[in-house]
Amino acid sequence: MSAVQEVVTEAPAVEAVPKRAMTLGYGASLIMLALLIAAPLFVKNFIIFQLTMLLIYGLAVLALNILTGGSGQFSLGQSAFYAVGAYTSAILMEHVGMNYALTLPVAGIVCFGFGFLFGQPALRLSGVYLALATFALATAMPQLLKLGYFEHWTGGVQGLVVTKPDAPFGLPMSQDMWLYYFTLAITIAIYIFSVNLLKSRSGRAFMAIRDNEIAASAMGIDVALYKTLAFGVSAGITGVAGGLGAIAVQFVAPDGYTITLAISLFLGMVVGGVGWLPGSIVGSAFIIFVPNIAEGISKGLSGAVFGVLLFLVIFLVPHGARQVAIVAQQLIGKLKRN
Amino acid sequence: MELFTNQILAGIATGAIYACMALAVVMIYQAIDHLNFAQGEMAMFSTFFSWQLMQWGIPYWWAFLITLAFSFVGGVLIERLLFKPLAKAPILTNVAGFIALFAIINSVAGLIWDFTIKQYPTPFGSSPFLGSQLISTHQAGMIGVTVGLLILLYFFFQFTRMGLAMRAAASLPESARLVGINTSWMIALGWGMAAAIGSIAGILIAPVVFLEPNMMGGVLIYGFAAAVLGGLTSPLGAVVGGFLVGIFENLAGTYIPGVGNELKLPIALALIITVLVVKPAGLFGRPIVKRV
Repeated sequence: MSAVQEVVTEAPAVEAVPKRAMTLGYGASLIMLALLIAAPLFVKNFIIFQLTMLLIYGLAVLALNILTGGSGQFSLGQSAFYAVGAYTSAILMEHVGMNYALTLPVAGIVCFGFGFLFGQPALRLSGVYLALATFALATAMPQLLKLGYFEHWTGGVQGLVVTKPDAPFGLPMSQDMWLYYFTLAITIAIYIFSVNLLKSRSGRAFMAIRDNEIAASAMGIDVALYKTLAFGVSAGITGVAGGLGAIAVQFVAPDGYTITLAISLFLGMVVGGVGWLPGSIVGSAFIIFVPNIAEGISKGLSGAVFGVLLFLVIFLVPHGARQVAIVAQQLIGKLKRN
Repeated sequence: MELFTNQILAGIATGAIYACMALAVVMIYQAIDHLNFAQGEMAMFSTFFSWQLMQWGIPYWWAFLITLAFSFVGGVLIERLLFKPLAKAPILTNVAGFIALFAIINSVAGLIWDFTIKQYPTPFGSSPFLGSQLISTHQAGMIGVTVGLLILLYFFFQFTRMGLAMRAAASLPESARLVGINTSWMIALGWGMAAAIGSIAGILIAPVVFLEPNMMGGVLIYGFAAAVLGGLTSPLGAVVGGFLVGIFENLAGTYIPGVGNELKLPIALALIITVLVVKPAGLFGRPIVKRV
């Protein structure tokens, strides 16, 4: 890159997503909700557990989607925030004896703070630099968790075992099913929060920054504040997901939160469609079920399958599930007219 | 004092590896303006390839040369097949591409060669170098090979037609095209050379960190740290950054209490963030200027 070129070329703008295109219509949302509520009534406990994980990763992908799709920033370090959330919940439950439901807001707040602080230096960086800094964060996280100083709290390399909560009020439900509905309620709440956040003044500020930073600051948007805020909100939601993940898996250990997790979440976002919130659940399904299938064929194959599929997505359907959904919608529209 | 000198020399030896990785990263960054997150995995794959050649009975230095050629061709092929079509795509797509490449290479290496840790031979031996206790022959060999490589690269870029064409294509693509340089192939060539340089780093560090699919994770982070410290736009900076980071890592590990091997990666993270906050352009890089 020459000096001359550097001056004239702008950072390529992320393609603008119209606001309405970021969510589903009412009808589709209700159908989806009904499916999610009814699903566990018909399947075995293990599948309920997988559905719970689907929602949890869906939340984590949603968080990344707010950051990237909303404010146009990158993060390859979501696994670090997920890990912090998971550890916060686990430590509060096992060492402090706090109720599992109460640990989640704490995990969210701790991660919001962590993300906000990490976002402080990150907001000065753009594009590749931000990707680099978050990549380094994700790589360093497992080592930080293993540190001897915190071993009393974190359990070091062994990690911590978390007890699974029973259904409250004597409800006739298995633990898995209760946890599923508990997760579902939180997911819906966070989804509604996210949709409203993106519709609000702050959300419009995020999108203005994404589309053109200079124009945004000319309109009086405090670019630094909103960029850090986006980072903080994203980290906070990821932290809640991490806390839920720790409760569902009943175990936290440093090696569960490596760069592989960050890559999976990133992949989930790309597959689901950047900036399309409902796509998060599609992306999450992808990152949960594809490795299972791949591992069934050969152990250690999941990385290769992930990679190849990711290339297919970016070459063939660069807008991910959103593109597929739009094409499907148009097809249905055509059929109706005929 | 002896400990100090010892640590400095050991730092220079590992710094040589970081310098190679940083140089490889910077070469690709110069060519296409993206960071190659898969650089470490490419180097790891090359190292496994050379190990396989040696298992088949090919002597070390022949395996070394064949691996260099293999890596070069591999780098060119990756550029032609995967990243050339993405040249105009947004930055997110490119990052996704590198991440995908990372996952594929890591997983395929695990499939072919297994995730168990393997010994890797060194042609230099590990006895004390020239009878001194300060540095082992392998460490001296690491420094020697790297310095030799750097001199070769310097002559290539400074005094050959091809080197000049590559520099021209990296600094002013439009003008380079006007004087008849095939800039697209220069980018591919840059990829090939970066892959080959990376493979040298992998082969030299493998006897130290042992051979396994995740061996380059830490090395790559330090390579990034070196590239950022030196400035992503400066190959010279990358090399200097590499040596500095190597020395820093060793001295921090020796003299700061509580900082041992278990804090290796967090130190690199702290280094990267500090440089990006304090001096984002690095020591030798050009500050980024943006037109409003």
